[in-house]
Amino acid sequence: MKILVCIKQVPQKDAPLKLNDSGTWIREDVSYEVNEPDAYALEEALRQKEKHGGEVVVITAGPARSQQVLREALAKGADRAIHLEDSAFAALDALNLAHALAASIKDEKFDLIFTGLQSDDYGYAQTGVILAELLGWPHATIIMQIEKTDAGIKVKRELEAGYFQFVDMPLPAVLTIQSGINKLRYATLIGIKQAKNKPLRKVALGEVQSVIGANLQKIERLYVPQKTKNTEFLEGSPVEVAKKLVERLRNEVRVL
Amino acid sequence: MPDTILVIAEQREGKLSRVSWETLAAGQALAAETGWPLEAAVLGDAVADLASEIAAKKLSKAYALQSPKLEPYTPDAFAVALKQFIAARQPKLVLLPHTYQVRDFVPKLATAMKSTVISDCVAYKKEGEKLLFTRQMFQGKLAADVSFTGDPPWFVTFQNGAFRGDRAEAGASAAPVETVNVEIADGVIRNQPQEVFKEAKQAVDLTQAEIIVAVGRGIKEQKNIELAQQLADALGGEIAASRPICDSGWLPMDRQIGSSGQTVAPKLYLALGISGAIQHIVGMKGARTIIAVNKDSEAPIFEIVDYAVVGNLFDIVPPLIEEVKKAKAGG
Repeated sequence: MKILVCIKQVPQKDAPLKLNDSGTWIREDVSYEVNEPDAYALEEALRQKEKHGGEVVVITAGPARSQQVLREALAKGADRAIHLEDSAFAALDALNLAHALAASIKDEKFDLIFTGLQSDDYGYAQTGVILAELLGWPHATIIMQIEKTDAGIKVKRELEAGYFQFVDMPLPAVLTIQSGINKLRYATLIGIKQAKNKPLRKVALGEVQSVIGANLQKIERLYVPQKTKNTEFLEGSPVEVAKKLVERLRNEVRVL
Repeated sequence: MPDTILVIAEQREGKLSRVSWETLAAGQALAAETGWPLEAAVLGDAVADLASEIAAKKLSKAYALQSPKLEPYTPDAFAVALKQFIAARQPKLVLLPHTYQVRDFVPKLATAMKSTVISDCVAYKKEGEKLLFTRQMFQGKLAADVSFTGDPPWFVTFQNGAFRGDRAEAGASAAPVETVNVEIADGVIRNQPQEVFKEAKQAVDLTQAEIIVAVGRGIKEQKNIELAQQLADALGGEIAASRPICDSGWLPMDRQIGSSGQTVAPKLYLALGISGAIQHIVGMKGARTIIAVNKDSEAPIFEIVDYAVVGNLFDIVPPLIEEVKKAKAGG
């Protein structure tokens, strides 16, 4: 199976975020990492390839720094990479980004495209589904298991509140992958070495510009959310904090 | 046609989901603010009764969009049915709950209609003539006010709990109900869904627990779960976790709190090393009292807690266990 995995670089989970001067985005000087569900999507693609053969291609869109997530994917075992390299890609809405992704793979023939179920930065949870619609392919979201069948694939969708559902579907298809579908591997030293020689195709903004329109939604402002609760911060040594907590648990919360 | 607001309600096995009433409440609030009439629709094989149930609320009309091909749910059938209906009715705003099912079809529907979805919103604002929708970003660390810059229909999904479903106003009299039989051609539906199932019998029902001690990534290693368990035991509560802990297999899946796990509302929710990603928050924000211990003072969980302890849980929890035991012993 030939599988494309869409990967995004996002700010690290614990990275303190600062707003830019216009209050519409964060300042770029933070540490980045791979979007967590995308790491699971890559792992699943590698496992499918190990089972059924084929090729795993990774793709990302963003400035030069985002090449790092492609290098890591190549080191883990992806065969080649595509980088839509321009900081302008990071400012596209999900529809425009899906258009750009679709245009950059128009000469390829994939059986499956994986994305993470959502990104840790925007959190749209839309790009994969939109990409499927633009390609005219079926899709399934929040996937926890994938099996090849004679007619296509059988996937396990996660539903809410602990429910699941198996879905049979034809190929080609787009799947959005849930964190925890598998156990992530680490890159090996040999893998890291080999990654340097694997092909990485760069796609400039100009090459896909014709499919990108005006964004249909706009972030007017970004801000630190207001607290909705009157929070009491308990301070002191650990023992003092413990005593304060127990006092609240007894007299305010009344559970002791 | 005047501008209208359309709410798409969600039903499972002939029952309207609780979040549908929340979205309807959001629609009523927006209708009051804009003066646009509010309508609602529900999709399924035979859903006229459900449309009548919705019609008891304050709105101008309720629709039952029916086809045998709408059951069981598939994104193909839902997108085709709603595209037909929305193209005919031309609502300005289309509101939906941000459920797993809606996430599965609404980006496809909006794309097919050359439009866009502002997803997972928690509030709206009207500034002059402009509507802004507030959504959380960066896992809840920041919020954004987002506007539509293209042509309607404008799709918005609201997060579970963003509006109070029990505040959806009843109408003075029942609104008219119209049944619309939607055409879904053969071959449109490509996915074949099977029965919905639960993985295994749930060993614990956390919804019944009065006290929950929950652990997140900050617990660092599986062996440290024991420390949280001791605190739960001392308090007489149950232990639970955020998704990454269950993904790692450190606690069974039936101890998971959040959108993919259980939704709880205990008397006390004590969160240890949980940063507070949206997916976790929606499962526990209804707790009567929330206490969080986290070393990161900017962790989003602190936005919803009653008592906050900024510090290392491994420093705080051992003396806390001792103090709780003392208190229980009458000390």
